[in-house]
Amino acid sequence: MTRPTATDRFRPLFEPAGIVVAGVSSHPGKFGFVAAHNILSHGYAGPVFLTNRDGSEVLGRATLRSADEVPDGAADLVFVCTPADAVPELLRTCARKGVKAAFVSSAGYGEASPEGKRAERELAALAGELGILLAGPNGQGIISTPASLCAQIIAPYPPRGRIAIASQSGGFVQAFLNYARSTGVGVSRAVSAGNSAATSVADYLEYFAEDPETDVSLIYVEGLGDGRAFYEKVRAVAARKPLVVLKGGVTAGGQRAAASHTGALASDDRIFDGMCRQAGLTRAGTIDEAFEAAATFVTQPLPAGPNVFVLTTAGGWGVITADRVSASPVLRLMPLPRDLEAAFDARLPPRWSRNNPADLAGSETRDTVVECLELVTAHPEVHAVILLGVGIQSNLADLERRGRFYPGHGLERVVEYHERQDRRYAEAAVELRRRFGKPVLVATELADTQPDNPGPARLRELGGLAYPSSHRAVAALEHLYRYARFRTRAAKAATR
Amino acid sequence: MSAEARRTTTLSEFESKRRLAAAGIPIVAERLAADPEQAAAAAAELGFPVAVKLCGRAIAHKTERGLVRLGMGNAGGARAAAAELLAQARPEDGDVQVLVSRMVSGKRELIAGMVDDPTFGRCVMLGIGGIFAELLRDVAFRLAPLSRGDAADMVDDLAHASWLGPFRGEPAIDRERLADVLCGLAALASDDPAIVAIDVNPLIVCDGVPIAVDALVEVAER
Repeated sequence: MTRPTATDRFRPLFEPAGIVVAGVSSHPGKFGFVAAHNILSHGYAGPVFLTNRDGSEVLGRATLRSADEVPDGAADLVFVCTPADAVPELLRTCARKGVKAAFVSSAGYGEASPEGKRAERELAALAGELGILLAGPNGQGIISTPASLCAQIIAPYPPRGRIAIASQSGGFVQAFLNYARSTGVGVSRAVSAGNSAATSVADYLEYFAEDPETDVSLIYVEGLGDGRAFYEKVRAVAARKPLVVLKGGVTAGGQRAAASHTGALASDDRIFDGMCRQAGLTRAGTIDEAFEAAATFVTQPLPAGPNVFVLTTAGGWGVITADRVSASPVLRLMPLPRDLEAAFDARLPPRWSRNNPADLAGSETRDTVVECLELVTAHPEVHAVILLGVGIQSNLADLERRGRFYPGHGLERVVEYHERQDRRYAEAAVELRRRFGKPVLVATELADTQPDNPGPARLRELGGLAYPSSHRAVAALEHLYRYARFRTRAAKAATR
Repeated sequence: MSAEARRTTTLSEFESKRRLAAAGIPIVAERLAADPEQAAAAAAELGFPVAVKLCGRAIAHKTERGLVRLGMGNAGGARAAAAELLAQARPEDGDVQVLVSRMVSGKRELIAGMVDDPTFGRCVMLGIGGIFAELLRDVAFRLAPLSRGDAADMVDDLAHASWLGPFRGEPAIDRERLADVLCGLAALASDDPAIVAIDVNPLIVCDGVPIAVDALVEVAER
């Protein structure tokens, strides 16, 4: 008998045909209410059966007293909000009804006490016997945007997209979903793994690797248990799709005999770092860096080499960005190619910087920025472009629009012109990225400080990510290039 | 099982380096000598200058105990050093001999090794060595076994990787030979489950070739 694929095993969890929500409550402050509310509020199309002990109405819907009353085969997922001691009987009943997956949000397991730890082991064993995929316990829920599924006891529901999330911390699922909502770079699946009694973060990754709705995985891990098993799994995943990891805490048994120098120099963090490099994982140091790395993987192509070109209409930003690229251990601030210099000379007054960063020095006319961006992106030696200064004109326009002289004195016309220009820059960045298949990253503090600025706002509309600082754009590009290099080396090793 | 949970013992420096050499890792030319006369003869055979060290299974912290004599330029010096060192041996050192090694010169020192990590198991390490090793803590790890690509990548992982290029009149380090060292350590770790730790310190870069000058192999007791 062949082992079922990860897609087969996880389909009931992420693409359920019907859902039993067990232990719902009529009290709006209870998780059992929130879970039902969220599942019923986001357009999930399959049947939803609510159960609660006294059979009272919840959210205007009748409830069942027991999962026993669910028609056979009508649901393949149970979302569990009951107290822990009711879960085993519930799973047995659900299994008889054809349920294949359980998300257990109930607490009181291994996180609570030694008895809870035992109950957790027994639950995992029971689920195994019943042929039920067990997620959790003590997890906060699942998101599956292709199924319009918001089965969680936290917020928010993210826009649909191609990032898949698995986390040992429910709080970080929430954080990543919030980043998705604010940037507009959406999510395919998300799961709060809870105590991972039977299904670990690495197991979800096997599904994400096969999932046609997912282009990149984003995970948060603390303890790894068997590090070797984790390594083998993530390596297989990263060979197929990029995988961004944020790690908290130190691994178990961190102390080491320090008799040898090697032992004294070893640290859990350095070994984890080496493991990430070896497996082709993208390791991020902070939560925003982790999300932006994942968002970059889904919004930009992989660069073919290390050469970065910086184009700016704001001098200081150009200098700072160039400094950061120069300090990169992997990227290269390429010299200004001769032919590009000549082409710029033909379009700009003599005071432009004649350098990389190319500072247009406020000398641009209507089409200069777009034309120069095209020249840079098209240049064969350029592997990636960072565009700075988008939104500056609209920032001024905003000031003028709010001022006492608006709309007279030609202000209305110039405000519209400025805003149109910033939208054009965003559009050009997206169009040129597509046409030339190279990363074109737009960085501006206005993405944070004035989110409705037409520059970053238009970029978001087009599915792009505006980086709130150039350092963050460069960090994301470093991750992209490292992974590109990893893939190239892996492909070479395979043909050798 | 992790290294901490088992009783372990260290091989002597001489035995440790034999194990490395068998795995294809370049080591210094050296001879064991039982007495000062043998030490003088070994030194003459190896060529000067030589280092003379007290060598035995129970001796780990040679430098701290002053059991190393460097830069002996003639047979008489080697003989005298051997006599002094043998006289310094303590009863708890067990069977001891002296190890006479041809000195290798190089401006750059690396450190390499293998640890049995409680989470990830056997890992190979490469780092910048020398007196600032523990200050810089510029080290890279990979899980054994290693591919050639992994080994090459480890070198690039060092923050001071550029230091391995041409340096003060010395050629760039031969990266293939360095990869041989790292793959050799990984192979030792894979082939012999009794080995729980390896410490190669220093690994001196001599004419671009990394050579194991001192090493310690820790094995589980049966």
